[in-house]
This record gives sequence, C-alpha cells and structure tokens, in this order.
Amino acid sequence: MIGELPPFLILLVGALLIPLFRGRGQPIFALVVIAFGFLNLLSLDYGIYWQLPLFDYTLVFGRLDRLAFLFTLLFHIAAAIGFIFALHVRDGMQHVAALAYAAGAVGAVMAGDLITLFLFWEILALASVFLVWARRTEAARGAGMRYFLFNVVSGLLLLTGAIVHIHNTGSIAFENFGLDGSLGTLLIFLAFGIKCAWPFFHTWLTDAYPEATPTGTVFLTAFTTKTAVYALARAFPGTEILIPIGTVMAAFPIFYAVIENDLRRVLAYSMINQIGFMVVGVGIGTDLALNGAVSHAFNDVLFKGLLMMSMGAVLQMTGRMNGSDLGGLYKSMPITTVLCIVGAASISAFPLFSGFVSKSMVMTAAAEEGHTIVFLVLLFASAGVFHHAGIKIPYFAFFAHDSGIRTTEPPTNMLVAMGIAAVACIFIGSYPDLLYSLLPWPVDYEPYTLTHVITQTQLLFWSALAFALLMASGLYPPELRLINIDTDWLYRRLGYGTMLAFRNGFASSFQSANTGIRPWLGRIYDRIHAHHGPQGVLARTWPTGSTVLWIAVMLGGYLLLFFLAD
Amino acid sequence: MIAANLPALQVVLPLAGAPICAILGRRWYGWLIATALCWATFAISVLLYVQVAENGPISYMLGNWMAPWGIEYRLDRIGALVLIIVSGIAAVSAPFAFHSVHAEIPEDQHRYFYTAFLLAMTGLLGMAITGDVFNLFVFLEISSLSSYALISLGRDRKALFASFQYLILGTIGATFIVIGIGLIYMMTGTLNMADLAVRLPAVAGNRVVDAGFVFILVGVAIKLAVFPLHLWLPNAYAYAPSVVSAFLAATATKVAAYMMFRFVFTVFGVEFSFDQMQLSWLLVPLALIAAVTGSLVAIFQDDLKRLLAYSSVAQIGYIVLGIGLATQDSVTAAVVHLFNHALMKGALFMALGAVMLRVGSVDINAIRGLGARMPLTMAAIVIGGLSLIGVPATVGFITKWYLVIAALETGWWEIAVIVLFSSLLAIIYVWRIVEAAYFSEPSETGATVTEAPWPMVASTWVLAAACLYFGLDTRLPVGAATEAARALLGGTP
Repeated sequence: MIGELPPFLILLVGALLIPLFRGRGQPIFALVVIAFGFLNLLSLDYGIYWQLPLFDYTLVFGRLDRLAFLFTLLFHIAAAIGFIFALHVRDGMQHVAALAYAAGAVGAVMAGDLITLFLFWEILALASVFLVWARRTEAARGAGMRYFLFNVVSGLLLLTGAIVHIHNTGSIAFENFGLDGSLGTLLIFLAFGIKCAWPFFHTWLTDAYPEATPTGTVFLTAFTTKTAVYALARAFPGTEILIPIGTVMAAFPIFYAVIENDLRRVLAYSMINQIGFMVVGVGIGTDLALNGAVSHAFNDVLFKGLLMMSMGAVLQMTGRMNGSDLGGLYKSMPITTVLCIVGAASISAFPLFSGFVSKSMVMTAAAEEGHTIVFLVLLFASAGVFHHAGIKIPYFAFFAHDSGIRTTEPPTNMLVAMGIAAVACIFIGSYPDLLYSLLPWPVDYEPYTLTHVITQTQLLFWSALAFALLMASGLYPPELRLINIDTDWLYRRLGYGTMLAFRNGFASSFQSANTGIRPWLGRIYDRIHAHHGPQGVLARTWPTGSTVLWIAVMLGGYLLLFFLAD
Repeated sequence: MIAANLPALQVVLPLAGAPICAILGRRWYGWLIATALCWATFAISVLLYVQVAENGPISYMLGNWMAPWGIEYRLDRIGALVLIIVSGIAAVSAPFAFHSVHAEIPEDQHRYFYTAFLLAMTGLLGMAITGDVFNLFVFLEISSLSSYALISLGRDRKALFASFQYLILGTIGATFIVIGIGLIYMMTGTLNMADLAVRLPAVAGNRVVDAGFVFILVGVAIKLAVFPLHLWLPNAYAYAPSVVSAFLAATATKVAAYMMFRFVFTVFGVEFSFDQMQLSWLLVPLALIAAVTGSLVAIFQDDLKRLLAYSSVAQIGYIVLGIGLATQDSVTAAVVHLFNHALMKGALFMALGAVMLRVGSVDINAIRGLGARMPLTMAAIVIGGLSLIGVPATVGFITKWYLVIAALETGWWEIAVIVLFSSLLAIIYVWRIVEAAYFSEPSETGATVTEAPWPMVASTWVLAAACLYFGLDTRLPVGAATEAARALLGGTP
C-alpha cells in the first residue's frame, strides 16, 4: 500500500517534523518514521527512481541494486537500534540531527550521480557534527569543529573532483570509475578516503567520536565511515593501492588502542582497524573480497554499535570513561557486562559470532590472491583486535580492580537496544546464510570449516594468553590519564608550536604590524559603515527632491551621452 | 466560450471584483471576495500558461478590434510566467492576509484595503498580458496608484511619508514612460508592441527614438528600483502593512522587470538596445553596484523589513545584470530570478508578517530566541535566507549558476567574482537573523509568544517549500525561462 517514496525523503521529512513532538514523543516518532521507511524500502524493487533534471543533467535520487539495498537496509536497522538506545534522551536537537544524519547516509547510498552524492555527503557532515556538539563541553566543541573541518574538506574535494570529472567525461553518473589517473577521480578517491579515515586522515574520527554524547556516538559509528566504504566499493573496487592502505589501517591503530585510556577512544581506534579490513577487501576486488568487505561493514555496524552502546551505558551511569577510573562494574551492571562481552566476542571473530563469518572472507580472499604479507598483517591485526577490543574493553570496564563505583543497570531502553544488537550478532554468526543471501556478489564461501574454526580459536587463545601473562607480570602498559596524540600532532601541536614561536620570535614586529593593520582594518570598516551603515549616505532616507535630482542626472547623462556620440 | 476569453477574464475578474469589494466588503466579506477572486485568477493564469506552453503565444483582440488599431492582449512564455507569479503570490497572500490585516489595519478600512489589493493585482496582471504600450501605461498607473494607497495604510506614521515619496518618484517614472511612448508614437504612429518592433528599425538612428528609449528606460528603472533609483523602495517595503510588503516585494518589481524585458528586447530589439544604445555599459555597472551596495547596507540594518528591502535592491541587481549581459544564459537567469526571487521574498516577508503579528515588531532584537517559540516561522526564514544566499538545493542557486555561467561565457570573470562576493555578503545578513533567532536569549516580550495562526504559517510554508522544490525540480521555471530567453533574444514576441 505504501507508495514508492524516496527512503531518504521519509527520514528527512521525519527529522523536520520531530520538533512538533514533545518529550518521549520525539524518539518514538522517529522510530515510527524509521519503521515506515523500512516498510517502504522493502516494497521497492531494484531499479532507478526519482530522476530530476538539473540544467543539462539528470539527478538520480534513487538507484537501488543489491549493493545499495544492503547498505540502506543496514542504515535503517542501525537507526532503529540507535533510537531505541536514545529513547530516554530529552534533547530535540540530537533526535533531529540523528534522523537527518540517517537520511543523509541513506540518500548518499542511493545516489546515482555525483551531484546528489555530494549533496548527501554534506548532509552527513552537517547533521553529524551536531551529535558531537550536543555533548556541550568545551572538548566536544573543539573536537566537533575539527571533525567538521575534515568532513567539509572531504565534501569540497568531492565537489571539485566531481566538477573536473563531469567536465572531462560529460557524465555525472556515480559508477565504477577506477583510479584511471585522471585528476577528477583522484580527488573523488581522496574525498572518500578522508571520510573513510585513512591513515593521516583518520584523526577526525578518534578525535571526535569519543567526545560525542553517549547516544550520539552510536549513530556516528554506524553511518559516516560505512557510507565511505560503500562509496569505495561502488566506485573503486579492485584498486590495488587500497590494499596497502587498508593493511596499514588494520595494523597501526592496534598500538594506539593498547595505550589509550579512554575506552570509547579505544573503540574508535578499533573502528579504523575494522574499516581497514573492509578497505583491503575493496582493494582486492574479487567477488569474495568485496562480499567480505560489505558483509563486514554490515556486521561492524552491529557489533561496534553494541560495544559503543555498552560503553555509552557505562558513561551514562558513571560519568566516567577512562579505563583507569573504571573497573568492577560487573557487580552492579551484570546484563550490560554480558552484552558487552557478546560484542567483544563478535568483533574478535569468535566462532558463532558475527565477526567470524565476514572478516575471514577478506582474509581468505587475500590469501587466495597471493597477498601473503597482507594476510599475515591482517592476522596480526585480528589478534590485536581481540586483545584491545575483545579483552581490554570488557576487562577494564567491568572487571580489573574494583573502582568502588556502585551503580545500577542503565535504563531498560538501552538494554533493549543492546539486546537487539547482541541477538543480531549471534544470529548472523550462527546462521550466516541469511546475511550471505543479501550480499551483492555471488557467494561461494563456507565459514565453518574445521581448519578455519581451529585456526581462529588458536589465535584467540594465544592472544588471550599473551594478555594474561602481560597483566600478571605487570608488563602491560598501565592505563594513564594522558591524551594520546597521534598524527593530529601535526596540527594540534606542531601548528600551535609554530604559532607560538612565530608569536614570540616576531612579537615586536607582529605588534607593530598589528598596530599598523588594526586601525587600517578599522578604517575600512568605518568607511563601509559610514556609507552603508544605518545613517550612511546609501541607507538614509533621502529627501524626495534630491532623489529626483538623481533621476534627472541619470536621464540627462544618458541622453547627453548619445546625443554627443551621434 | 470561456476558454477563448480567458485573457480578458484574467484582468476583468479582479477589476470587476474591486468595486464589488468596496460596496459589499463589510466585516470579513471583503476578505472572502478578494480571496475567491485571487484563486480564480490564479486558476486562469495556470490555464493560460498551459495553453501558451502547448500552442505558443496567444493573441487576443479586445472587442474584436483588430491590432494594431485595437488593443491586443498578447501572451507569450515570459508573460504567462509573470501572470503565474503575480496571481500565485496573490493567491498565497490571501489566506495570510486574514489575520495579518485584522491586526494591522483598522476594521473600517478593511474593505478599501481589499479593494486596493484587487486593483493593484489588476494593474500588475494587465501589464503582463497587454500587447499595447499605452495600455501598459494605463495598467501601470492602476497598479501604482493602488499600491500607494496600500502602503499608506501601514501602522507607522512613516508609512505616509514613504507612500508620498513613492508617489512622487513613481509618478515621475510613469511620466517618463508615457513621454517615451509619446515620442516613439510620434515616429511610428503605432502603439502595438509587435507593430512597433516592426516599424522602429526603419526610423532607428533618429534622435527622437533615442530620446524615447532613454525616457522609457529611466522610467522603468525607477519602477524597478535599479540602483541609484531605488530610494523609494526601502521605506515603502519597511512601513507598508505586512501583507502589502510581501505582495509588492514579490510581484511589483517583477512586473517592472518584465516591462524592461518587453521594451528592451521586444519593442526596441536587441540590436537597437545593445548595439546602438550600448545598454550593457549602463546596466551592468549599476547592477553590480546594486548587488554589492544593497547587500552591504542590508548587513547594517536592524529593522528586518528594511534589511530585506535592501536585499531586494541587491537581488534586483542580479535581474538587471542578466538583462544587461544579454546572452541566452544571462536572460534565462534574469527570467528565472523573477520567479525565484518572488518565492523567496514572498516567504521571508510573510514570515516577518507572522513575527509582526505575534511580537509587534520586526526589529532584530524582537526576534531574539524566537527559534524555539515560533519554530515553523523561523524555519521558513532560514529557508528563504538560504535561497537569498544561493545555497544548492534552493532556488537561489539556480539563478546564481546561470548568472555565473553567463558571466564566464562573455569572458567577464570579474562579474562572476562580484556576484559570488555579494553572495558572501548575503551570508552575513542572513546569519545575523539566524543568530538572533536561534542563539540569543529571548527578550521579555519574545518569551511568551506562540506560533502564528495556521493560515499564516501555511501560506509562508507554501512559498518556503516552493523555494526548495523548485531548487531541485527546475523544469517549470528554467524551462519557461529558457524558452522566454530564446524568444526575447530572437526578436519578435
């Protein structure tokens, strides 16, 4: 019965209507909107919808194929879980931002051309930054601003790349470009890379996500980077350079995650690590690898969401997020503990949990295609994931030394949201065929082989042993209250330091320049204000007589000009 | 029968409605009559537009007197588009007017208000549909006189002065136009536009024709408020009743711009206007100064209606720039901006009317914190503001796109830079409104207000939504404008 409405439009209009509701009505309304959008999505067939002519081009707001459908479906599920988790939040701004954010992600995934993609790319950036700012702390404001800058730069690169590409090819279609060495595709590639948190471009993610609100981070985890993975899989499958990039992404965050104290930041690093697997998958570009990439994206939204939710619940109930401040919470939050462990098991790819059935597809593909080093690094990364996300997170939050915090379980809605995600993790891990049947490319993969189960279990147990030994021997890096700065050092310290040096070194000249420029700027402003300000000659109400004089001048001047010219 | 006489009905309906309104329009009957007529004329314009789009220009002989002796109504794409703008804005304004007029105008004057409103609409519609230059002047006077009356109904006593000033300047403008018409009539012996277009080239080069052109151009420029002849506009818009501001800002200058299109392109022709009279050198600099200066002045205004009025001066600059560049793309931009600017300014002035109703002032301090108190109204202001700036996915973007392309095509990239610079200025004044509405603590009076009555909100939102819709689906305005530009540049109407 539901007509064929653009899925993004349902969510976007829903977001705009949220302010009409009050209190609990807002998230409930959002859930109704998502449910409606979900039904509408299911009623759609694959195809091209909602084309609008713009100038000489045709914008395509709806391209639904198997790849797009998987991600749209995922985003609806993620949004629903997120809103259940946020049901207790009484902050209209967050609800509006979150639903608009989901709309941006859905719209970007269904965009059939570069201009539409750019439009939603910017909606993603704009809507999501409010989820960071909604924390309303100084740190969140700064991190949000840096986050926003990165995302705007990504959008600008995309727009520039799109314009160059359109100029070169005359086509605005968002399709498989491949990295053909042209400037346009390169810029688009970089734009996707920033959104995808490639090494050196990743700092916005680890910077901002941990500063967002407990509920906001759940949305942030789901949409931005996954949209970027989708965009890569759509436009650049099989691009070789993605394999080393992804491998580095999978490996380097391990080191940061081990020493990081803020547990949500640990998860942010582990996100980059997981996205690394997906990027490698896209880079390899075989059916198996691409399937692995997108199915891992699907699973990552669920288990990373689950972990972020459990940490959000801890933050919500205790107000603390540093590993060194937490511990012993299993006594007062047993359900959250269990759910968190389910998430940890999934991300570590325990057999019967969802990570197991998708991550290995990428690794098998890497091995099949002969990327031995890549395979080994990914193997190392898998062990690392288990170590920091699988053990460290639950261990420091819920066990370790008893921090003396006594609290209660989070509100029921949070538990329900986590429960749904946990059930989904286990279900997909145990019955992978359902997920496999949704995958865009033909699936010929059986995760539960004897070798696979045994290797993975060995890996996990050795990794666990290493952690236990390190903890027991006291060699494990202690949790310290420090801010780990990685490559954002470049702009947060080096840039600042340079500025300081500049200021000190050139203090006198700067000051004189300042005294020279300041009045000059002031004079410019004064002059503009003098003419254009309310009392200025251009803004005053003129006497009618002098106005008429102007008319006479204009008429006379124009007449005279041509009479003389004749 | 009715279908064949639609062009006449288009004008006669509101004209005949006006005296009926004056006689029977006690209490709310005046509003009812005006609203019904506005919607009827809107329906007629849509029908006419469809006819023109399908079958090409319509020619209608009043009283079956053949042109060029009788008065011909001649409707092509651009005329039909202007009809839709005028009657559409009137139709949307009518539901809005009910509460707004009730609050701002004494009850015993309501019927005269609606009478004048219908007459103004008659004049504006007539100017867009007629194919006869003297008839154009007559309709210009009808619309002008009634708009002086409408403006003078404003609550502030300054409205009287604003109206008086507009009366003096408007009359000078109309006089210049009629002098110009007289001069070209002297040379050609005809008043029919199409006929003039045929006969004028034969006498081109004659100084009388040159003088006629200059008189008409300056006269039209006054009505269009081309910088520096815009001085009547800010006060007139600022002190008029809210509905009048919305209606006139959205339509009156558009019809004046239409007059300029007609005279410059149809009657005198591209060759005469731009080759012989070097019109580009007059219009382009003035348009650019208007775009920058208007925006700069708007930045410093505290009265939001004045702010929007100055922004109108800047936006009119874009239209004039489009005319001045005289390429296919630039004229498309100008025509499409008639439509787009009507939508955004209509929405913005209506939203301010709602603020006026609830808060009693449209000072920038009066809207502080209203983002939470009047969310729908303020959201409409934001959408209108984004359109003024020219953000993608709003109508403003379409105009800017074509203008910039046109400027680059003619090789004057400086113009493109100035257009973009003036957009930056627009960001500043729009941001001032957003900052006051959303990021400031409410004033004492503002803390207790509620959202405006639903008809006002609905009217405002129809236009705000149109700003977004036509920013994405550009078929109607751009299609019409491209056709219109082709016809205008091609010579004959």
